[in-house]
Order: sequence, then structure tokens, then C-alpha cells
Amino acid sequence: MSATFFTEITIFLLAVFIGFEVIAKVPSTLHTPLMSATNAIHGIVLVGALIVAGVAYPPLGHVLAIVTVFLASLNVFGGFVVTERMLAMFQPRKPQERRDP
Amino acid sequence: MTVSLLDVAYLVSGIFFIIGLKLLSSPKHARLGNRLSAIGMGISLVAVMLCSGFVSWNVLLIGLALGAVVGIAGARFVKMTAMPQMVAIFNGAGGGAAALVAAADFFQHIDDRLLPADASIVILLSACIGAISFTGSVVAYLKLQELIGGRPITFRGQQLINAALLAVVFIGGWYVVTSGVTHTHELLSPLSASVPIPHAAPPNLDVRLAGNASLVRLVFAPTIEAFLFVVFAAALLGILVVLPIGGADMPVIISLLNSFTGLAAAMTGFVLNNTVLIISGALVGASGTLLTLLMGKAMNRSLTNVLFGAFGAPVATAGLSDTSSRGSVREASADDVATMLAYARQVVVVPGYGLAVAQAQHAVRELAERLEARGVVVKYAIHPVAGRMPGHMNVLLAEANVPYTSLYDMEDINPEFSRTDVALIIGANDVTNPAARIDRSSPIYGMPILDVDRAERVVVLKRSMKPGFAGIDNLLYEDPRCVMLFGDAKESVERLGLAVKNL
Repeated sequence: MSATFFTEITIFLLAVFIGFEVIAKVPSTLHTPLMSATNAIHGIVLVGALIVAGVAYPPLGHVLAIVTVFLASLNVFGGFVVTERMLAMFQPRKPQERRDP
Repeated sequence: MTVSLLDVAYLVSGIFFIIGLKLLSSPKHARLGNRLSAIGMGISLVAVMLCSGFVSWNVLLIGLALGAVVGIAGARFVKMTAMPQMVAIFNGAGGGAAALVAAADFFQHIDDRLLPADASIVILLSACIGAISFTGSVVAYLKLQELIGGRPITFRGQQLINAALLAVVFIGGWYVVTSGVTHTHELLSPLSASVPIPHAAPPNLDVRLAGNASLVRLVFAPTIEAFLFVVFAAALLGILVVLPIGGADMPVIISLLNSFTGLAAAMTGFVLNNTVLIISGALVGASGTLLTLLMGKAMNRSLTNVLFGAFGAPVATAGLSDTSSRGSVREASADDVATMLAYARQVVVVPGYGLAVAQAQHAVRELAERLEARGVVVKYAIHPVAGRMPGHMNVLLAEANVPYTSLYDMEDINPEFSRTDVALIIGANDVTNPAARIDRSSPIYGMPILDVDRAERVVVLKRSMKPGFAGIDNLLYEDPRCVMLFGDAKESVERLGLAVKNL
């Protein structure tokens, strides 16, 4: 195993712990928007899609690259917009605090 | 090693995602959280486009623009009730992209015949998890959109086939990682500049070079066919695992697939040595897993049970819920129900997916206000999985300005039903089915339900006698204290409101 790979595993594991910690106390009211927001965040694969697509060879490589970037881009833009729409409903006229179970 | 601007951008993005997620756990700051995450995404995207020497810009921009247009249009115009399938399809897109990125990387390296074992493992993981997520999400979408039956699709030997497929993925994966041309040679040693890398090394050629042993790597060239075979097996597994899942388990499976795509993205990060992919993928994978477990807990079902229990399969309906033994149901007029409601002391409204479909939440609030004006206490009972996603109903009622103090969770409202005169069920079905409490043969036996049958009277507003999403009959409707008011939920509630007003 290379040193780079080990560093990456370290980053991965620490991020896993942060992931657990950060949403540990999320109220069930927000499960839907949270699921949708994390759904948008894994659209980060778009960065990877751009990296491989940016050096793709025509013609087959280009077709695959377009499909890859399209899928990832769909994930990013759709994901964030849909979450925004959901959360917009949590902004009523009167301040809306969640009732704890 | 010098730090590039790109690495800094990735780190900043990662921090934005973490803070964004943290803010998403409170209703007050959730919107800000989502926007911060979006900004984090933007930083990484702009940075990678500026800093990498891309050649095929046209390809990138076509793909980006297409995805943005379709994604934003879909997200803007989708009805709130169709949200779950929208999330499923975006999730599948991400999984598919992760799988394709991994495959592209594999094909690029197979030409070089340079692929260390650790690299090939993460490529395979990324491609397989991404493929499972893609096909699984597409099936979930088709089921939720009712393009294929929402009921579980089961056949004999299903578990056996799934197990066999999983074995194929593992054995095939092991073959891809270990087989092919195996030889060791120096990659990173300073000496390697003077040593020609054996690009077209014949099989089993063992090139041993002096130098630092830790720099000696295993290099091989597995076949493209074997790789594709493994990935297709994983894709098939995704289809077969989601097909038998139905009913209220759908949100759990979407959340699970969400965490899968997160993992696939993290693996893609390992493939490309890209930190922001690793960080965000791990965040989503972890939070998605936790969310999945929380939802399973709300329904009193373990993940294994959700995945392999074939919830709502039509096999277990032989008991009390047998259709042939079904008693007759009593239908009531809007005026009857209005009188019942107006002279009650306490009414508990049980909203369900049917209310959401009919967009009846505003009409319900108006009816409740009329009743409250007559001195009736009105409460709302929210089941943890009301609607098609947890928290779905809270979103819809908040939209209609129902005061949050009137919304009660299941544990708080269940003891109240015995003191309730009328339980008004609007478009909810499975979560009110007493079979979950009394019928051991029922597929929903053991699921926590709202004990509406303990109320003095029960009124069910329903479009037709069609069974609910889980595909089982509701014992409640045969109860002599239960009456039905058929029709569109919104129209029925409006009729009730008018009738109460005219009393």
C-alpha cells in the first residue's frame, strides 16, 4: 500500500466519523430535506467526471464523457434545487420551531 | 510536494459541506446549510475547470449544460408529492456517473498496463457500488412512479440468485485484481528513470530491481471482459435487490442507495486521488447510513428485514385480512360526518399520502379552524413514515400554516385516542391498520401504528377501497365504529367544511 493511499484512507475514515457526528441529532421532520441535501452533495462526483471527461478521446470517449458529465451534473443541479424547494416550505410567516418528541 | 490551488479549493469545499450538513439539522438554518453546500460544490467545480488542462471543453460544456437544464427543470416542476422518486433518480444519476468515471479510469490504465492492486480494488469498488446504486435507484423510481407495480415482485429462489450474484461479484473482482500479467517492477524509484518500464511485458516476467522494497509494486493487466462482467453482475444485483421491496420500506431503500452513491463517490476519489471526492463521499455515505438506520428504527424494522423481508408480499394475506372474509364497510354522507365532528370534544386528524396527493392541506386547516371556533379541540397525528418520506407530512402541513403545536408524534398522540371522539383519517391507510397490532400473519405485523381504532368513532376519507401502498387490506374499515366518506380528499374536506359552517 502506498503512502498516498494510506493518507487517503485516513481522510476517508475521519470524514466518516464527522458524517455520523454531524447528523446524529437530526429531527425526523428534516429527514427528507437532509436526505435530499446529502443526495446533492454526492454529486461532487461531477468533479471526477470533469477530470476524466476533460482528457477523453473521440469519438467513443467523447460520447461516454458527455453521458458521465450529464449524469453527475443532473445529480448536482437537480439535487440542490429540489432541496431548496423543500426547505422553502419550512419558512412560514410565524417562526417555526420543531416540537421535540 | 507543493500544494496546488486546486487542493486548497478542495479543502474549502469539504469544510463548506460539513458546515452545510450541520446546519441542515435544524429547521431554522437548514436553508442556509443547503446553500453553503451548493457554494462548496461551486468552488470545487470552478477550481477543477480552471486548474486542469482540459482539452475537450465542448464535451464538458455540453454534458454540464444538459444536466443542469434537465436537473433544474425536473426539480422545479416536480410536485411535492413526487419528491421521493425525484430524489431517487438524481441519486441514480450520481451512482451511474461514479461507475462510469471508474470504468473510464480503468480503460485508460489498461493501455498502460500499469495498475497497482490497491488502485484496481478501489476502481472495482467504485464501479460496482455505483452500478448497484444506479440500477437500484432506477427500479426504485419506476416503482414509486408506478410504472412498474408498487407491490413487491418476488419469485422463488430469489435470495439464492442474489447470493450467487454477490458471490460472482466477489470472485470476479478477486480475479480482476489478482489475475492478468503479474510482474513486479520499480515504479517510483529514482532509478526508474534509467530503467525502461516494460510496457509490453510478457506474462509472468519477473523484473526485480534493487532499491527500496516499499517502492516495488505489483503491476498487472486484467482483462476488460472480466471487469465488465463483474460490473454487470453488480448492476443486475441492484435490480434484483430493490425489485422485491415495496410499501413503506421505499424511503429506507432510497436512503440506503443514497449512502451507496456517497460511498461510490468516495471510492472514485481514491481512484483519482481526489480529496474532495473522498471527504464528501464519506460524509454522505456515513450520514446516509445513519439516516437509514434511524428510519428503520421508526418502523421497528431492521435493515436485513427491509432488504430481505419482501414487505407487503401478497403471500401472507391468508389470515384476518383475507379478502373473502371481508365484512361490509359503512358509507356516510358529508353532513353526517360534519355533525359528528362539530359536536365532538376532541378530533384527531390523521393525514396521509392521500392528503398530499389531493393537495388538501389548506382545506384541512380551514376545516380545523371552523371546528376550533365551535370549541372542538383539533390535533394532528403524524406517523413517522406518513407520506412517502419521513418528515414529508410535516413539510406539507407547515406549507399550509398549520401551527406546529397542533402536530403530535405517534408516541404522544396514541394515548390520546381513547379520549378522542372522532379520528378523522385523510388519505392514510397502512399506518392505521390494526392488523399491525393483532394479526400475526400480516406482513405489517409489529409495525408501530396510530391507534385510531381506540377512538369513539373513526371517519375515513378515501378515494376508493383500493388497498394502500403496502397492498394489504385495512381491518379498520370493517370496524362497526368506522365510517367511510369516499371521494377526492380535497373535495371531501371542503364539503365537510361547508357542512360544518351551515350547521
